[in-house]
Amino acid sequence: MKRPSLGAILLGLVPFVATCFSVALWDRVYPRVFGLPFNFFWLISWLVLTPVCMWGAYRLEESRERNCRRTQGGAR
Amino acid sequence: MSASGVALTIISVIVTFGSLVGFLARSHHKMDLEQWTVGGRGFGLVLVWLLMAGEIYTTFTFLGASGWAYSRGGPVLYILGYQPLMYVVSFFILPPLWEMGRKHKLQTQADFFQARYDSTVLSAFVALVGVVCLIPYLQIQLTGLGLIVEVASFGGIHRTPAMILGFGLVAAFVLVSGVRGVAWVSVIKDLLLLSAAVFVGIAIPRIYFGGIGPMFSALVKTNANHLMMPGATKQLGHTWYVTSVLLIAFGFYMWPQYFAATFTARSGKILRRNAVIMPLYSVTVPLMLFVGLSAVLILPSLSNGDLSLLVMVRKTFPAWVLGIIGGAGALTAMVTSATQLLTGATLYAKNLFRPLLAPGMSDQQVARVAKIMVLVLTSGALLFAIYSSASLVSLYLLGSAGIAQFFPGVVLGLFSKRVTTAGVFAGIATGIFVAMVLMLTGRDPYFGLNAGLIALGLNFVTTGMVSLLAPRQMGQL
Repeated sequence: MKRPSLGAILLGLVPFVATCFSVALWDRVYPRVFGLPFNFFWLISWLVLTPVCMWGAYRLEESRERNCRRTQGGAR
Repeated sequence: MSASGVALTIISVIVTFGSLVGFLARSHHKMDLEQWTVGGRGFGLVLVWLLMAGEIYTTFTFLGASGWAYSRGGPVLYILGYQPLMYVVSFFILPPLWEMGRKHKLQTQADFFQARYDSTVLSAFVALVGVVCLIPYLQIQLTGLGLIVEVASFGGIHRTPAMILGFGLVAAFVLVSGVRGVAWVSVIKDLLLLSAAVFVGIAIPRIYFGGIGPMFSALVKTNANHLMMPGATKQLGHTWYVTSVLLIAFGFYMWPQYFAATFTARSGKILRRNAVIMPLYSVTVPLMLFVGLSAVLILPSLSNGDLSLLVMVRKTFPAWVLGIIGGAGALTAMVTSATQLLTGATLYAKNLFRPLLAPGMSDQQVARVAKIMVLVLTSGALLFAIYSSASLVSLYLLGSAGIAQFFPGVVLGLFSKRVTTAGVFAGIATGIFVAMVLMLTGRDPYFGLNAGLIALGLNFVTTGMVSLLAPRQMGQL
């Protein structure tokens, strides 16, 4: 199978860094945002921000596939 | 009518209505094995979305998440952490997987291993591990069903008869309708559960504290540590968080039922688009956590955290609200377990029973064995649910640790030419062995790390080493 493009992988890494590896930085109560403890606010924001990153990755992958099809004349 | 009478009546009406929709959904389709398991491979964006999203809103998120928010506090955040990440992983692996599914006419997860690694034994092993890991997940749904009826009847009906009754219905439902029926009942159950989640998640903090913000202010004053990791636990700190989030993010689509749901899509593009938008569907999960957190202050001495959402609802609202929410929960447990049963039974019949015991079987006969297996699995999970008292989240972590061990074999199988059958076999065996030893001897977390992820790491190393050292054989790609 064709591997995904580097750009898409990098975009996919952004949510991993933000919600997983950086836990020590954001797991705290203050500052509270919209009344939420900061850790809850941070993770909830990434439920919305992850689709933004992946939308970028989607555009990259789709345009790459279109180019691919054009150069190979539709054959895979 | 008494309060419990009202609640139980509404629950029964919702469950009956949902089952009817499932029975009717199959009417226009001839039920061969392909229809029963992958819906003829013709689901578009909406139906795939519903099937997959329906799988996200399970009894686990409904009762388990609020339960851990109540009993553990901060560590429950791992649920919010892995939700977007598992879709990121799916973005990369599901489209090529779908491609392979179409090319080789795959129906099950074990079919993939058969097609990619050309080994009946490996495929049967994968099927066996898959079926075994499904049992704790089935048990979650059953236990949830029992809890709902127990709370709704104000303790009048014990959970054991409730579980037996509920599962009889599920088994009947699966046998008649197959995957298409399940997808359509998912629609109803999602609508109900989402409305229920939004309603209780907003109303409960509002009624007791004047809003979500004030609820947190009250918690910060009295239980600030409960809101951060490790919360009410000693071991579930940041290392545990990172390793557990990674385990579920990698492992989630290795659940045989979600893996197989890939094959129901009409194109790979649908799956990719799905992966982009799905995290938005999780935005109501935090509301479940808010209910569990409210219960910390309102019902401080519950014996079982998994009861917190239901007992809060019962304490706060009239009986008919409890009925609707209980009904949504019961239907959820049914739909989820229906998918799990369907998957487990097909895996057993198609990838374990036929190739090893009866190679000459026709597809019709396979379907018949699968249907018998539905009953066997139902009874197995029922026995476990009656005799075990593990919390819903613990059961989930147990099954996930096992299931995630397929990840190296799938990802390397899709993207690498060098991985070998022997390598994948050795990797999965190592992973399962390590996960079992650590978890069954009470060593999870092990030095603060999620035991399943330790197993997954060793699995990757083993797969790589054996693939490189053992004589090369080119797998088809």
